[in-house]
Amino acid sequence: MSGFFILAILALAFLVVFQIAKASEYVSVLKGEEKTFLQNNKINAFLFIVFLVAGLVGVWYCNELYYGKTLFVQPSASDHGEKIDKMMWITLAVTGVVFFMTQIMLFWFAYKYQYSEKRKAYYYPHNNKWEVLWTVVPAIFLTVLVGFGLYYWFGITKEAPQGSQVVEITGKQFNWLVRYPGKDAVLGRKNYRLTNASDGNALGVDWEDASSHDDIEASEVHLVVNKPVKFVINAQDVIHDVGLPHFRLKMDAVPGIPTTIWFTPKYTTAEMKKITGNKDFVYEISCDQMCGSGHYSMKGIIVVETQEEYNAWLADKKPQYVTVMEGKKTPVAVADSATAKPIAALSK
Amino acid sequence: MSEATIQGQSVIGKVAHDHGHAGHHEHDHHEESFISKYVFSQDHKMIAKQFLITGMIWAIIGGLFSVLFRLQLGYPDATFPFLEDIFGKWAQGGKISPDFYYALVTMHGTILVFFVLTAGLSGTFANLLIPLQIGARDMASPMLNMLSYWFFFGASIVMFASLFVQTGPAAGGWTIYPPLSALGQASEGSKIGMDLWLVSMALFIVSSLLGGLNYISTILNMRTKGLSMTRLPLTVWALFFTAVLGVLSFPVLLSGAILLLFDRNLGTSFYLSDIVVKGEILPNEGGSAILFQHLFWFLGHPEVYIILLPAMGMVSEVMSVNARKPIFGYLAMIVSLFAITILAFLVWAHHMFVTGLNPFLGAFFVLLTLLIAIPSAVKVFNWLTTIWRGNLRFTPAMLYAIGFVSLFISGGLTGIFLGNSTLDLHLHDTYFVVAHFHIVMGVASFFGMFAGLNHWFPKMYGRYLNNTMAYIHFWITFVGAYLIFWPMHYQGFAGMPRRYYDYSNWESFKQFIELNRFISTVAMVVFAAQLLLVFNFFYSIFKGRKLKTENPWGAATLEWTTPINPGHGNWPGEIPEVHRWAYDYGKDGREFIPQNEPVGPNESHH
Ligand code: HEM
Ligand SMILES: [Cu+2]
Ligand SMILES: [Cu+2]
Repeated sequence: MSGFFILAILALAFLVVFQIAKASEYVSVLKGEEKTFLQNNKINAFLFIVFLVAGLVGVWYCNELYYGKTLFVQPSASDHGEKIDKMMWITLAVTGVVFFMTQIMLFWFAYKYQYSEKRKAYYYPHNNKWEVLWTVVPAIFLTVLVGFGLYYWFGITKEAPQGSQVVEITGKQFNWLVRYPGKDAVLGRKNYRLTNASDGNALGVDWEDASSHDDIEASEVHLVVNKPVKFVINAQDVIHDVGLPHFRLKMDAVPGIPTTIWFTPKYTTAEMKKITGNKDFVYEISCDQMCGSGHYSMKGIIVVETQEEYNAWLADKKPQYVTVMEGKKTPVAVADSATAKPIAALSK
Repeated sequence: MSEATIQGQSVIGKVAHDHGHAGHHEHDHHEESFISKYVFSQDHKMIAKQFLITGMIWAIIGGLFSVLFRLQLGYPDATFPFLEDIFGKWAQGGKISPDFYYALVTMHGTILVFFVLTAGLSGTFANLLIPLQIGARDMASPMLNMLSYWFFFGASIVMFASLFVQTGPAAGGWTIYPPLSALGQASEGSKIGMDLWLVSMALFIVSSLLGGLNYISTILNMRTKGLSMTRLPLTVWALFFTAVLGVLSFPVLLSGAILLLFDRNLGTSFYLSDIVVKGEILPNEGGSAILFQHLFWFLGHPEVYIILLPAMGMVSEVMSVNARKPIFGYLAMIVSLFAITILAFLVWAHHMFVTGLNPFLGAFFVLLTLLIAIPSAVKVFNWLTTIWRGNLRFTPAMLYAIGFVSLFISGGLTGIFLGNSTLDLHLHDTYFVVAHFHIVMGVASFFGMFAGLNHWFPKMYGRYLNNTMAYIHFWITFVGAYLIFWPMHYQGFAGMPRRYYDYSNWESFKQFIELNRFISTVAMVVFAAQLLLVFNFFYSIFKGRKLKTENPWGAATLEWTTPINPGHGNWPGEIPEVHRWAYDYGKDGREFIPQNEPVGPNESHH
């Protein structure tokens, strides 16, 4: 019903515009095309100035409304993010100056040099001095931006520091699987052909590799504040992306090609709740690469906490290997039977 | 048969050239049937109209799709029963389903990027303007030119058909990254809809190559006497570089698409490795999903300039004509087009900074990407200087041209954020990217197209578009575009990901619901305004004010030396000879000096 109503209004609006348009054409014939042209020219020149002024006010107003809803009002939750924020401000400053300068020139010229019978256009086909100026000046500014950018880029993408915590994150339609390396700090080997979710091996871990025996699987990422963490990122089916807005980072999850990213979280979740004044604050992992119909719901949760809290959380976690083997009800010679399991898994 | 026609064409051309009127007569007496005049036409002007109108139909479809998915984004909780009436299972209970949403987004992107802003834009204006502005009777091969349209038509039919298959059209985004696009199990849209998408694009690429090769050879070989390359209007230069970009990069996409078809249907593993999808373990090993992205963006980035360059060319032309002043820095304009063309081939991986690309390699792409800002800046300042101290006539075309420059500045500057890999870590695949490319490519190129349409409509149909409707359309669209896309930068700064069906479950992004509603509302208004343009177009074809003079804008280029309604062959008599560049406006106190006027003895040098 309301759809019909809207259509009716639309049709009416069209009719009105069309009638005005037709009428104005007749009027222009009556008044003389020259006169109509002059009038239209004045109106449009004036509208350009109105647009400029309204636009500048609009830019300010939009900023008033939405600045507070961006991440600018929160400190970056990672050390890398701080560099990225700094780079953002440098870029905003440079591009901002250019933006206002050129837009104002554009609309001001449009207004100022609107047609007038008195003025003759100035025949000015070229001037190499100007061309050099606006080649060199942007080049200088861009060199600065590239310089800062790459300096930060190499800082962010260099090897993770020794002793970083390692967490494996695997994307699949449409959730994230998390694995911790356990006491030995080594993630057990995987073979995607061993994947068997109903058998407790959703990640396709090769239980034959003893370093997998203490690996812990979870549904949330728990990190220790101020301790560097390296994510090892995988995908099982299609490309996903580990999006970390509060840490200002993201990295694709590509089937068959593991990727990594590292950073140091700076604030615990509890601290962020205070900083943002939002008691529901959570670090969310958003999937940032189109991955199918559930893409928009592919959320992961990161909990940043103190070392003690982390230890307490870890304490009651059982390695996945142990869980799986207990489930098999063959508690005898767990280590031996492990060799036979993958084959069973293979034959689906 | 067909060869005879081609030869017939060129004979007409030659005869006309050599013997003036004789050829003309022969041409006039040549009876054309409806089919050969309007359907399988080999007249570049008719082919231009075919591209334009097909593009327009696609634009309405693609635009409508965006209205539909904006409905979902603006009103995620509402239901619209009429949607179920129309779309059935895709909108059960009056709510767009996620599969439908993603199909809409994907087809919106595909349609607008390829069918509207590539075929509809280049196809229209390259066909219309190249022969007319270089003083040729038609394209080098009118036959290939006709085929170019009909391959596009075939591509259109296949793509259109894909909208109606049981499992829906492609739904993995216009960039169709595998494995998502390769695995039918992973998404409804990756079933038969995806095969149709690939077949359609293959046809489209053939069309684009036939067209492009034709444009290039026409420009290089068929310029009239005296028209050296450095006297060409910038429109022709821009269309030339556009064609070069297309010819060199589209084949790469074709190869990427064919490999994808193989992976889908023949069990190859070009893009697939180590995959478990919905619990099913696939045998494919050794492929690379990233390989496809390289192949895609090797076209994909040039593609954005394929869309933009024609707009730049037309804006330069329209702006100079209506400022009554030469384009400032003609040579610099050509050099910057050239620089953009070269760089366009060297920056594709800036779309892939977060795919795990080697950071060292990434650094080169950062450098090369930001280099593009230099020729872009040159162009902007040259346009600004062109209107500086001009005597500006605000014809609708001129308004769109000025709007184009404003949009190009706004969208180009955000490219400087994204090209910096450090910032892309944060901004990639957020609404910041959506804002960036819609402003700089989407809306700006549309404005270039509108400028061209308003400026050359009289040449196409011998009538004017209605001014009032054009003015209303311009202002609604210009203001609307900024209202829609400017606030999206803020969503990007919040890290809000693109291609989400619903944000309400996200603590980090749900604060933008009102903004999304606002954007959706404006989008609908702007869409309605586009219908006004379409209406104006068809109405004016039949009822527009008739032209009384051959050269309504007082322009110096050759197309305005043809009769008001030029026949096939363009000039009834001899093709005019060119004596000067295309931009002698306001010289020596004269309004303008047409290109075919010999240089006078007392004329000043510039
Ligand atoms: C100063 C010039 C420009 C620079 C430095 C630049 C840079 C970039 C970068 C780095 C991206 C990737 C962003 C991401 O996905 O994270 C991007 C996206 C894009 N740019 Fe630009 N750009 C510039 C101008 C243009 C122009 C002139 C056009 C079109 C005419 C354009 C069209 C696009 C499109 C369509 C995308 C998004 C594709 C997608 O992911 O769907 N850009 N740009
Ligand atoms: Cu996703
Ligand atoms: Cu690009």
